[in-house]
Amino acid sequence: MVHLREMPDHLREALINQELPEYGDTPWTTPKPVDECRVALISTAGLHRREDDPFAPGAGDYRIIPDEYDMNNLVMSHLSTNFDRSGFYQDVNTSFPVDRLRELADEGVVSSVASRHFSFMGATPPTVMEPIARDLANVLKADNVDAVVLVPV
Amino acid sequence: MSGLAHYLEDEGIPTTLLALVRKHVEEIKPPRALVVPFELGRPIGAPNEPDFQRRVLRDCLELLEKGSGPVLKDFPDSPPGADAQPDGWACPVNFSTPIEDVSDQDILEQALLQEIALLKPWYEESKQVRDGRTNFGISGKEPGEIQSFLADLVINREGAASPIEGKPLALAFKQMADDIRYYYMESAIARPDQRVTDVEIGNWLWGETTLGKVLIEIRNWAMESKDPGFKAFAPTAMVPSHQRHRTIHG
Repeated sequence: MVHLREMPDHLREALINQELPEYGDTPWTTPKPVDECRVALISTAGLHRREDDPFAPGAGDYRIIPDEYDMNNLVMSHLSTNFDRSGFYQDVNTSFPVDRLRELADEGVVSSVASRHFSFMGATPPTVMEPIARDLANVLKADNVDAVVLVPV
Repeated sequence: MSGLAHYLEDEGIPTTLLALVRKHVEEIKPPRALVVPFELGRPIGAPNEPDFQRRVLRDCLELLEKGSGPVLKDFPDSPPGADAQPDGWACPVNFSTPIEDVSDQDILEQALLQEIALLKPWYEESKQVRDGRTNFGISGKEPGEIQSFLADLVINREGAASPIEGKPLALAFKQMADDIRYYYMESAIARPDQRVTDVEIGNWLWGETTLGKVLIEIRNWAMESKDPGFKAFAPTAMVPSHQRHRTIHG
C-alpha cells in the first residue's frame, strides 16, 4: 500500500501540488437502482486494442474497447513512468476490472455490461478532454448505458 | 478523472469513481467517489485476487444508491498480501554488472543485445503464464532493433535517425524505450509465485542493467537538449521518480 507519505518526494510533491481545474457545483444525475443499470467502464490508464495507435502526448482522445474484445490483447501505452504496471501485466483486471463487472452482471448486482468501454490517457489537461467527454456522453446514451465506473490508474 | 465525472454527469450520465488520491477528490468533488488505499497503477488493489477486486468494484457501484451528493467514501481494507514481508524478490536473470563506459557504440550495442538474449526465455515463459498476453510490441519494433537504436541514440544524440517513419525522433525513442522496458519488466516477473513492487523492479532495471544505464545517459543529455520533443519528455516521462536520483539532474 502506498500512502502519499510513503511516496518518493518527487511524486508526492507533484501529486499534491498538481494544479487542479476548478469546477462549479457538483452536477448530479439521479441513477436507476444499481441492479437495473447497464454499466460501462471508463479508464484513464491509456489502454487500447493492440491494433490501435498508442496514445500521443497531450491528446484528449479516447480509444474504444468493445466488450467482446479479447482482453488478452489489451495494451497500455500511458506515457507516465510513475505508476506500477506489474499488476496490470499480471492481470488486466488490476486496472480494468472488466471480468469482475461481467461477474456482477451475472449475479444480478448490475443489469448488464455495456457493449463498449473507453479509455483515455489521464495525463491530459481536463480542459482538453471536456468537449470530447461531453460528446462521449451521447455515445454512451446511444448504447443505453445507465451508469459508468471511472477507473484511474 | 474527476473532471470526466463532472462532464459526463452534467450531460446526464451517472458516474461513480475510484480515487487513488484523496486530496484530488476532496477538492474537485466528483458526484460519487470511493477512495481506495492502493498503489498508483492498481486501482482495484491487486492482481489475481478476484474476490477482493469484486468487492472494490461492488462498493464503488453501491455509491450509485445514495440519494444526494457529492458522496465520498473510503474503502477500508488494504489489498491481500500488502502487509506481508517482502519475499526478497530477485530477477530470474542475474546480469553481470552494467558497463560503466557508455562511449563506445559497438560495445554498448553488444551489451544490450546480450541482455535481451538472456531475458528472452524468461520473457517467453512470462508470456506463456499469462496465456500469451504481453504489453510489448506497441512501437512495432523487435527487441534487437530497439537495442541497436538506443546504442545509436546514446552516442549520436539528436543526430540519430528516427526509426519510426513519420514520427519525430523523440517520440520514436519514447515509444521504443517504453516498449523495451515492458519487455524487461515482463521477463522480470516471470515467476508468478513472487510478489514484487514497482520500486523493486525499478531498482533492478535502472540500477543493475545496461539498459538502465543507457536510458539514464540519454535522459542526462535530453535534459539539456534543444529538441522540443526530448525537452518535453525528459523531466518526468523518461525515468520514474523513484529512480531519478541516479541521473545528473535528479
